[in-house]
Amino acid sequence: MLELRDITAGYARNAPVIRDVSLTVAPGEAVGLLGPSGCGKSTLARVAALLHRPDAGTLVLDGEPVRRWRHRAPREQRTAFGVVFQQARLSADPRLALSDLIAEPLRATGRREGAADRVGELAATVGLTADLLGRRPHEVSDGQLQRACLARALVLRPRWLVCDEMTAMLDASTTAALVRVVEDYRAATGAGLLAVGHDRALLDRWCDRTVHWTALTAAAAGAGTSSG
Amino acid sequence: MTGRAPVLSVRGLSVRFLMPGGRRVAAVTDAHFEVRAGECLALIGESGCGKSVLASALLGLLPGNAQTAGSALLGDLDLLTADERTLSRTVRGRLVGLVPQSPAAHLTPVRTIRSQLQETVAALTPARGRAALRAAAEAAAERAAFPADHLDHHPHELSGGLAQRAATALALVGDAPLLLADEPTTGLDRDLVDRTVDELRRHVDSGGDGGEGRALLMITHDLAAAERIADRVAVMYAGRIVELAEAAAFFGAPGPRHPYSRGLLDALPDRAFTPIPGLPPELGALPDGCAFAARCDRATDTCAVLPPLTGTVACHHPHAALTEAADRARTA
Repeated sequence: MLELRDITAGYARNAPVIRDVSLTVAPGEAVGLLGPSGCGKSTLARVAALLHRPDAGTLVLDGEPVRRWRHRAPREQRTAFGVVFQQARLSADPRLALSDLIAEPLRATGRREGAADRVGELAATVGLTADLLGRRPHEVSDGQLQRACLARALVLRPRWLVCDEMTAMLDASTTAALVRVVEDYRAATGAGLLAVGHDRALLDRWCDRTVHWTALTAAAAGAGTSSG
Repeated sequence: MTGRAPVLSVRGLSVRFLMPGGRRVAAVTDAHFEVRAGECLALIGESGCGKSVLASALLGLLPGNAQTAGSALLGDLDLLTADERTLSRTVRGRLVGLVPQSPAAHLTPVRTIRSQLQETVAALTPARGRAALRAAAEAAAERAAFPADHLDHHPHELSGGLAQRAATALALVGDAPLLLADEPTTGLDRDLVDRTVDELRRHVDSGGDGGEGRALLMITHDLAAAERIADRVAVMYAGRIVELAEAAAFFGAPGPRHPYSRGLLDALPDRAFTPIPGLPPELGALPDGCAFAARCDRATDTCAVLPPLTGTVACHHPHAALTEAADRARTA
């Protein structure tokens, strides 16, 4: 269970971007979070993925309250999440070949043995050819780079996936391909998903339920979340 | 609309990039299409298929290692052979208005929208004098539905939608007969996409000499946006236009005829949501035959030969055209 309770968060003191927001994702559940640009849904996704410390509120991960965020979070909590961002180009180290990009979480957690096999296996899953794995980000298209970023998010076999506008920059075919990879992974592992986006048709098709941003604030909490 | 003379007529346009080591990248190959006054042509395709290179070629903004062939006639002027002086003094802004991909990056960050509009008005129109420039800039903002009370804001103070309107206002100042929109909706949410393309459509239907409207070439990978406003659709794959169809027939019945176009539509979440298998080919190492054959379930041995664009589609095994007109076009 991933529980966000009354989260208030922002980037400047006394100017929260989100205020008293609550959202729960059950194990194995896929929840789509829908909202317009600039509403704060990405900030909520960052809090959920332990990437941004909230000013107030609690995050409970599989029954355990989260006390530390970012690099201070304990490894078993940090590695429970796989995150894919909207802009693949900004979330990929330009110096790394795609194979190293995908293997980076393995290196960072000291699991180098078998890394090459795992990268090969994931590359096949996300549809990257051996030729592409040797290239750096500037030598591949946005769609190919996002495929690598998704492989990187899956490499530690996370229990939770957070996809923040994963497909907003991509064409229809690449979108459908990446969503299929995520769903195949979830079917095999039972991982839960928080997918943030602004395309209702996509989230309705992809997720078990779609929640609109406006249903998450404290005022709306009593009425529960709308199912889409 | 078909009776009108084309505003832009592209004939056999090809763009090659010469890379270090003698490698050649075929970004655009043998593109033929026309855009008429009062018409919106949507150029769609996956990222990296050559769409934006085509736009750069039309504005004379290709990098130095590019080689072009063919012609792109805007009236009597060939955009591909025009010199920089002609392009900067008579084409950009005056004959072709560019609606940019990222308005926030297109606007000058340190100046207000009013100041940028006035500069553009001074450069492109006969208006002179402080009061006249001010009035003309306000009129330009109003044409793009940019609110007058936001004119003194800087770009970073605007929402994505208002920044888009400011960029559109700048593109409309010169009253160019051709609008070129390069991915005008990337990163916008759905409501904003709808509003932005509806406004572009409004500018197509109004304006232009004699009120017959402007021509709009919209480059996009957003199929929903294309369906919303396009009259015709050109589908690009691996640098070639593989299908050129009426939008109503393409998005409705009988549907697209090229297997790639069909695959793109089937990938939409409100349709089959099925991806096209495989990846697009490298533009530096295209096969001799049909570039889509490796991903196509209709491919046979004949696909080793490049299919020409006959009628509306470049394919050896197109899906059936249900109308007589399309059949006639194919055999013609």
